[in-house]
Amino acid sequence: MFVAHLDKKITTAKVDMIPSRNGYGEGLLQAGEEQVNIVALCCDLTESTRTHLFAEAFPERFVQVGIAEQNMASVASGMAAMGKVPFIASYAMFSPGRCWEQIRTTIAYNNANVKIIGAHAGISVGPDGATHQAIEDMAIMRVVPNMIVIAPADSVETKKAVLAAAAHSGPVYIRIGREKTPVVTTNSSPFVIGKAMLCAQREERHASTVGIISTGTLLHTALVAAKTLNAAGIGVSVLHMPTIKPLDTVALDAFAADHERLVTIEEHQIVGGLGSAVCEYLAGTTPMSVTRIGINDVFGQSGEPEELLAYYGLDSDSIIDRIKQLITI
Amino acid sequence: MQYLSEEKVVHLEKVANDIRVSIIEMLIEAGSGHTAGPLDMADIFALLYFNVLKHDPARPDWDERDRLVLSAGHICPVLYAAMAHAGYFPVSELMTLRKFGTRLQGHPHREALPGLETTSGPLGSGLSQAVGMAIAERMDNPYTSKFIYCITGDGEWNEGQMWEAAMLAGKEQLHNLVVIIDRNGIQIDGYTKDVMPLESLRDKLEAFNFDVQEVDGHNLRMVNDAIGKAQSVYGKPSVIIAHTIAAKGVDVFERDFRWHGNPPGKGPEDRVVKSEQASSALAKLRTLGGTIIPSDS
Repeated sequence: MFVAHLDKKITTAKVDMIPSRNGYGEGLLQAGEEQVNIVALCCDLTESTRTHLFAEAFPERFVQVGIAEQNMASVASGMAAMGKVPFIASYAMFSPGRCWEQIRTTIAYNNANVKIIGAHAGISVGPDGATHQAIEDMAIMRVVPNMIVIAPADSVETKKAVLAAAAHSGPVYIRIGREKTPVVTTNSSPFVIGKAMLCAQREERHASTVGIISTGTLLHTALVAAKTLNAAGIGVSVLHMPTIKPLDTVALDAFAADHERLVTIEEHQIVGGLGSAVCEYLAGTTPMSVTRIGINDVFGQSGEPEELLAYYGLDSDSIIDRIKQLITI
Repeated sequence: MQYLSEEKVVHLEKVANDIRVSIIEMLIEAGSGHTAGPLDMADIFALLYFNVLKHDPARPDWDERDRLVLSAGHICPVLYAAMAHAGYFPVSELMTLRKFGTRLQGHPHREALPGLETTSGPLGSGLSQAVGMAIAERMDNPYTSKFIYCITGDGEWNEGQMWEAAMLAGKEQLHNLVVIIDRNGIQIDGYTKDVMPLESLRDKLEAFNFDVQEVDGHNLRMVNDAIGKAQSVYGKPSVIIAHTIAAKGVDVFERDFRWHGNPPGKGPEDRVVKSEQASSALAKLRTLGGTIIPSDS
């Protein structure tokens, strides 16, 4: 298992707050400098998705497609057929949300070397409301053959994921968020597609043990919850799974063996995402108690991100309460 | 591509006839598939593969080849037949169409068969892919002589994605893109004018900054000239609206939308009758009413 090398400030008020989409902009720019065949496409959301850094540096390698996500996906497939490595970016609700069939048929079925960036993913998009809150995107991408699905923890890890996607041959989906979120990982933290990272180890002295598996920007929430719970006498570890597909089953096996029960947390429907992936695997190997925390088969609504995360049970207090309840059952 | 002499026209007509024979044979063997579109595009595919395309069947991945993108994937029997007769693979392999383990999938899959440029079937996405190819090619070679040909159906233009792609092609002034529309006037549920009127297709496409030509899709010299002119257009993409007779070549199938999605021998009417129709269609095709001596006799 990797050594996480997390930021020392993570559970303090001094933690850096940066949107993960910034990591996309920086990663794409660096990848563009390193690989001349990288091109970028965007659907009228260039600055919002941070594609503008690349577009300003390499205007001849940027295609403004207009508000047309279905076209963007298939245009990217055509460009990949000519040897380009296209990165396509929009809000996750529209890509992959609106252009799922185009992604399936013209990108994934051909194993086209296209990277799909779903920005503004999750409930934490906030005031825009349910129409713009993509909480089904991992499910619809995970079900597609050849597709790799990544939900990075923060801007630093997003940049690494973008560079890893650029180096990988084949389709990749990366979901990123809108809001400023805590920077948990550091430049020293390892990132490899398909590998999980142990970010907190339970204290040995506690009798009850719970393993939290998180993905995306909820890693920070998981770490805060774990710290509180360990102090309260419950042995809690945190395994960060930035790659939902392929699942790091080696890490999962070891993590499952080391805990009485598991809890998955994700800013996504509890159907089809991380929790489902974990349960599907464990059901066939080592069945055990897994509690899936996420959005429970409802749509979101307008509100401030922190209000919404609390309402839907995805802030650290809610997770702490939920895990305490599990232990007392 | 070259000017069509009288001899060349006669040769291409024979090739088109061979392609039609193969289409009927493979559809009968497969027991499913689309009939009308493949038959009415046989002339254009003969022209493309035997006079227009810069390609080498022995080197399907030759980088300098033109790209032919079949957006209307359901008419793939004509693509497969043209490729086989051009030498991409044995003509005998056509009989594996739609069968388990075949390289000739019911709708074309790029990874299955060398020489296929895209996967298609779900309508509306082929034009986008062709636009992507044209943009990518121009990034690398601003003065490219490599052309991207995209074959679409007419009913396919019901799809919103077609217009998204057309808008981008016009914006990007893709003069290395040549679109050919099979304007046969039918789609599965009926005549295009009833299901979803497209006219005026010319005016719509001109408004999207396309150079538009309309041709008789069965007049080889006319289509050849139109492609030549399309190649010389600068600063805008080209579209050739090829007016065709649905299921051209088999008079009992012609102009009847019920033959859009049915194979000979499994028609909309009585199956036994259709089986007889299939063999009579084949006999008629082989001679084109006695005017052409089939190449295998």
